[in-house]
Amino acid sequence: MFSLEAFIDLPMIWYGLIITAVMLYVILDGFDLGVGILFPFAPSEKCRDRMMNSIAPFWDGNETWLVLGGGGLFAAFPLAYAILMPALYIPVTLMLLGLIFRGVAFEFRFKARKSRRIWDYSFHVGSLLATIMQGMILGALVQGVSVSGRSFAGGTFDWINAYSVMTGVALVFGYALLGSTWLVMKTDGITQSWARRSASYVLGYVGLFIAVVSISMPIMKDTIRDLWFSLPNVIYLLPVPLTTALLFVFIWRDLHTGREYRPFFMSIGIFLLGYLGLGISLWPWIVPHAVSFRQAAAAPESQSLLLVGTAVMLPVVLAYTAYCYYVFRGKASHESGY
Amino acid sequence: MFDTLDPVLLARIQFAFTISFHIIFPAFTIGLASWLAVLEWRWLRTGNTIYAELYRMWVKIFAVAFGMGVVSGVVMSFQFGTNWSVFSDIAGNVMGPLLGYEVLTAFFLEASFLGVMLFGWNRVSPKMHFASTVIVAVGTIISAFWILSANSWMQTPQGFREGADGLLYPTDWLAIVFNPSFPFRFTHMIIAAYLTTAFVVAGIGAFYLFRRRHVRHARVMVGMAMIMAVFVAPTQLLVGDLHGLNTLEHQPAKVAAMEGLWETQRGAPLVLFGWPDQERQETRFALEIPKLSSLILTHDPDGEVKGLKEWPRDEQPPVAWVFWCFRIMVGIGMLMILTGLMAAVLFLRKRLFDTRWFQYWCMALTPSGFVAVLAGWFVTEIGRQPWIIYNVMRTAEAVSPVGGQPIALSLAAFVVTYAVVFGAGIYYIGRLIAKGPGDPEEAYGAHGVKRPPLVAPEVADEGGSHV
Repeated sequence: MFSLEAFIDLPMIWYGLIITAVMLYVILDGFDLGVGILFPFAPSEKCRDRMMNSIAPFWDGNETWLVLGGGGLFAAFPLAYAILMPALYIPVTLMLLGLIFRGVAFEFRFKARKSRRIWDYSFHVGSLLATIMQGMILGALVQGVSVSGRSFAGGTFDWINAYSVMTGVALVFGYALLGSTWLVMKTDGITQSWARRSASYVLGYVGLFIAVVSISMPIMKDTIRDLWFSLPNVIYLLPVPLTTALLFVFIWRDLHTGREYRPFFMSIGIFLLGYLGLGISLWPWIVPHAVSFRQAAAAPESQSLLLVGTAVMLPVVLAYTAYCYYVFRGKASHESGY
Repeated sequence: MFDTLDPVLLARIQFAFTISFHIIFPAFTIGLASWLAVLEWRWLRTGNTIYAELYRMWVKIFAVAFGMGVVSGVVMSFQFGTNWSVFSDIAGNVMGPLLGYEVLTAFFLEASFLGVMLFGWNRVSPKMHFASTVIVAVGTIISAFWILSANSWMQTPQGFREGADGLLYPTDWLAIVFNPSFPFRFTHMIIAAYLTTAFVVAGIGAFYLFRRRHVRHARVMVGMAMIMAVFVAPTQLLVGDLHGLNTLEHQPAKVAAMEGLWETQRGAPLVLFGWPDQERQETRFALEIPKLSSLILTHDPDGEVKGLKEWPRDEQPPVAWVFWCFRIMVGIGMLMILTGLMAAVLFLRKRLFDTRWFQYWCMALTPSGFVAVLAGWFVTEIGRQPWIIYNVMRTAEAVSPVGGQPIALSLAAFVVTYAVVFGAGIYYIGRLIAKGPGDPEEAYGAHGVKRPPLVAPEVADEGGSHV
């Protein structure tokens, strides 16, 4: 039986890959969920058509990263998958239902006539529900999951509390920032200037919520406080919050000086840094504060097999994903695409 | 009020519901993607705009069906964990990589190139567009490859060992992926998907012929579909028979349930119809053909066939379900073969496209493939019970530590959601069918705008010249 165990640190590599997959999901589906969140606030029906068209060719591929995150977790860390899914039974189910309602809206909306309104709202409410649930899942995870033996030992509603509600709302603003800066890049005219205003509006809230999460996490867990505020860590880690703050300033300035591309990529930067901060705080847990990634790792043979496939396929996937974004470059039209 | 509900039963119902709903769409889109590739190929080769117009019509139907397949499929990737977490923990080492490969080699491919396929007109060359269609079609088949390999491994597990910790560990990947029932199940399912699509296309083509609308398009639709019925439907009988023999070797209890046989006997009869009664352990009111079961299964009229009583009651599958679903599947398969025969005769008499009763017949068979696919999956999935991994792990042991209440509520939510989504999807597909191919559109999209300027100059009056 072939195994790469002797040559490389398999659990470590897989931990990195899963984190990357989830990160790519958050950024990629984040902007199209964000477009859904902003949808009903657009100034006109034509704007909504443009918004929809700007993401229609991509949403399906973006959502596939979620499947990779879920499937990858199952494959590489089955124990974590087996604990987290029952623990997050209700939010995961609600998220999936939200994704269903928004996903079908892409197809149904352009085919509907009288019922168009229904699919507009299906798209918006579905996006909102999926985002809130993802934020609440994050909030529940950082607080920890109760585990006994090899299974979830908590209650059905452990995931819901004031903190997770806060992170749920926070992610709504976060995705709205990605969505609005995406629209600044992909549209022009009325839609673009509306997207600019929306982006600068949500930017403040995003900053506020990042501050709240950053302050609350060290308070919640001593280990996290020691990690961030002990010497010399504090010096090494200081660039993370500093760069984040700098990005906020740049985005604000760009939105008001008319730059089109930079706000989106710097919003991604904010997400990357926030994610990095969370990652540092939660290291080395895969089920926070209960199971580390080493404990949850699948058999080395299993991780090896999938790693070979990933090493070959992931670059290919990234290449043709990039190709698709290249094919649909430029500003989105309001015309139905096919 | 939900505390008395049995979580295992609820989890089973939820999985059965979500997977049955999901399989409808792949069963349709696997065939449709390949057919679209054939249409585009014909169009590029011949320049005949009929093919282009058919493509334009069917790609919209494909998009709706594919979208519903995607959203119901994302649900499936989480169901293993939410409802069957113990199974995920124990079998994750073996099952996980198979599903991982499905995502990496198929899902991204389909999702990315579907965008090009739908929205890439005028943005990529016709050749690149054709390539995208082919890639999507191949992607659907790769996807079926991995998921059927995973399912087949649960039916006929091999290439693993049980560790001291109770978890399963892989020992031979080739043995796992190409487990004994996989080649048969894969072939059987791909052909089933092709036939399902063919009969949908035939039914709608027959509807147009019947109404004397889009006659030239309808002739292509019915003609191509009947080629499938003539050649592929009989092939399916052969493959199904091989699949059955393979099941007899590895899961004899399932075959005994399919046949409704309780006693192990030589020269076993074929029970055409009857009422399998699990309580009394017999098939009541059985209408039998002597020795035929032995002949089919062992290719010897006096061969021995094992009956259900060979297994203790708690290892018998629910017989009535398996028995009846099997008859539904086989019955529809026979109707499909009959359709092919009739079509061949009508074709030789040059009456294929104007025989009224045959149009009715094809319209009636439009949903037949879906019914057969679902019935077939019910046979194989119910027939392997009570095992989730055959002879290794029981379904009842696999369930998540989640109470009945959240499962019942989420099941209700899925039922309502799917009913709404499915209803809307069928409605919009129905409208696309009512509109038909090749009609010049008054408004492009639904916002009252005329054709987009990019496309308009290229569009002739009778329809699109550039697909």
